Amino acid sequence: MSVAVVASTVLICAGGACISAGEKSVKQVFEEKLREFALDSVVQVVETGCMGACNLGPLAVIYPEGIFYQKLTPQAAEEIVVEHLLKGRPVEKYLYKGPAGEIKAKSQEELPFFKRQVKIATRNLGVIDPTDIDEYIGRDGYFALMKVLKEMTPEEVIAEIKSSGLRGRGGAGFPTGLKWELCRKNEADQKFIICNADEGDPGAFMDRSILEGDPHSVLEGMAIGAYAIGASRGFIYVRAEYPLAIERLNIAIEQAREYGFLGENILGTDFSFDIEIRIGAGAFVCGEETALMASIEGERGQPRVKPPYPVQSGLWGKPTVINNVETLANVPPIILKGAQWFASIGTETSKGTKVFALAGKIRNTGLVEVPMGITLRELIYEIGGGIPSGKKLKAVQTGGPSGGCIPAEHLDVRVDYESLKELGTIMGSGGMVVMDEDDCMVDVAKFFLGFTVEESCGKCTPCREGTKVMLDLLEKITSGEGTHEDLEKLKELAQFISEASLCGLGQTAPNPVLSTMRYFWDEYIAHVEEKRCPAKRCKALIRYVIDPQKCVGCTACARVCPVAAITGEIRKPHEIDPEICTRCGSCMEVCRFDAISKVSP
Amino acid sequence: MKTSADLDSSLYQRLDDYIESVKEKPGILINVLHKAQEIFGYLPDEVLEYVAEKLDVPVSKVFGVVTFYNFFSRKPKGKYQIKICLGTACYVKGGDKVFERFLEELEVEPEEPTKDGLFSVHPVRCLGACSMAPVVLVGEKDFYGRLTPNDVPSLIKKYREG
Repeated sequence: MSVAVVASTVLICAGGACISAGEKSVKQVFEEKLREFALDSVVQVVETGCMGACNLGPLAVIYPEGIFYQKLTPQAAEEIVVEHLLKGRPVEKYLYKGPAGEIKAKSQEELPFFKRQVKIATRNLGVIDPTDIDEYIGRDGYFALMKVLKEMTPEEVIAEIKSSGLRGRGGAGFPTGLKWELCRKNEADQKFIICNADEGDPGAFMDRSILEGDPHSVLEGMAIGAYAIGASRGFIYVRAEYPLAIERLNIAIEQAREYGFLGENILGTDFSFDIEIRIGAGAFVCGEETALMASIEGERGQPRVKPPYPVQSGLWGKPTVINNVETLANVPPIILKGAQWFASIGTETSKGTKVFALAGKIRNTGLVEVPMGITLRELIYEIGGGIPSGKKLKAVQTGGPSGGCIPAEHLDVRVDYESLKELGTIMGSGGMVVMDEDDCMVDVAKFFLGFTVEESCGKCTPCREGTKVMLDLLEKITSGEGTHEDLEKLKELAQFISEASLCGLGQTAPNPVLSTMRYFWDEYIAHVEEKRCPAKRCKALIRYVIDPQKCVGCTACARVCPVAAITGEIRKPHEIDPEICTRCGSCMEVCRFDAISKVSP
Repeated sequence: MKTSADLDSSLYQRLDDYIESVKEKPGILINVLHKAQEIFGYLPDEVLEYVAEKLDVPVSKVFGVVTFYNFFSRKPKGKYQIKICLGTACYVKGGDKVFERFLEELEVEPEEPTKDGLFSVHPVRCLGACSMAPVVLVGEKDFYGRLTPNDVPSLIKKYREG
């Protein structure tokens, strides 16, 4: 009699959010318990890249059944080993439950969060071990490179990418195939391809997740691009803030060299190509391509005038193509499945999919990849699960500091490059920060201007000085000192700065102000005319008050107040001294009787 | 080259070894500065002068680069660097309040170490962990998500007591 042993695989998400939620200790218990029950030879534990459902972490999926476990703890891991892996009974309490309490065991098929997604750039995230090249190969990895080198001329590769309609995913949406073609046409003894992994837009983390979860797809995309344009060297410029991505890229590059996918005479052809990592040093402007190249050259990362464009004269004066991480990760599937397949997804002018990072006031935070042209409403409500705590959605911010806010009345907009532009914002790198009625739009504009002032490289006066003046005006307005004249001045400066700045950072810096003024003018007016902040966010315009009817005198607020602004006798209503209060909100957070509220003015 | 007594010469040796291994590569200055900061904890002026000499570039260029990038610090930092994300997602979820509470509790200015040298508080750009907003990173690896200002005292206590 023979005993059939069915091997199981436990895929544990090792994305940033799951790690911070305690993934390491969960994995450790899985491994310990599997050893204890002598299951370690038939059950494999694999750490994968980000699965996307970040607010449910730590996550694990157990195959062959495809059972999806969420919010794991070391205790949960132990139970799952004993019940599920040993006895074959999925542990219900760690399965995902829908809003009505119904159990959904199989995530990819049953969860609305996953159901609507089409994964191309993130096809391997959460599926393979990013530190193992064999797993990447097992998912058709490096097949596209092989196809390109053995069966296609560089011109054919360019034609394929061009007809796929792929556009840059880093923000501006320039057609990738065209960029490659322009570079190919420039004769030079040396050309470069650069992967722009300086993901700086606050609220966007798809590049980080791809680099951490599937580094080989980026390397393969770069090698294909290098072949197409005729480059023999590549650089990946990655943020210093992403140490794990750097570590995994280093591992991936080593493995790719070992397997002969990088280096001299790749796959026995006369094509040679190698990649070097360059680490950024914390300058947002280095996401701009000319600044990025200056930084790789070891200089201050300041942009320069274009033309000449990088495809003409780039890194060290040589023709250079710069592509974003997500763009490159799309390249291998396009080569393998064909341009037509890719072009059949998306809209007329925006082909394929886009990865979005959902963050802010939204129930399901995380990463999603969806076809271009999906409506914002579907993205926020069907996939994102809507706004938690019953608040009303006010706006969705896209495009980071270069973008703008889309108000609730435009939720039915189709998300593609052109439609977002019409609404006064941009696709950007795909960060979407959802804001609700507690967020003040003037304050949001001020936040972004503060960012731009910090990150302006200082080269052009309109950007360096102009954004500072705009920030001062916004500070004046949010502290209740603003006038109508200030609003006019803001508009005027916005116009001037966007016309007179050299690079994208300055040109787009006024966007957050212009877009909030366009849709939320009444909030600006409330700050200026009534000295009132409708969202009760601007500190100078609010006070915290205790409702004596509701306060029971439990002293919780007085104890938590860091500046001792709250007084009162035990079991008697307390009071807040507005002169001492720093408006930190700690008291409101601890009050269990809903007795503390904000008022404005 | 004069080096002060409190900067260990073995640290310079480590820097030398690194420079030796990469100095043929063009544009390597930023990588060398990363390494120097990793070794010394920050970038004191004498280290910058040392790097300039070793790489044969003007000191003014090294200073220019160091002061341009946020990641480089010419001041010593605390033993535990508390990096508070002030990206958009963290901001709308109250990251600024967490930041202010850290400054209040530790009685410091941003980027300055506490008197005992244990902590320094750094506002940082998006850490890419937006789904856990607001987030704080202590050192290089310890991530804390979904913080409120009232979590701050116990977090500080945890590190103070080791």
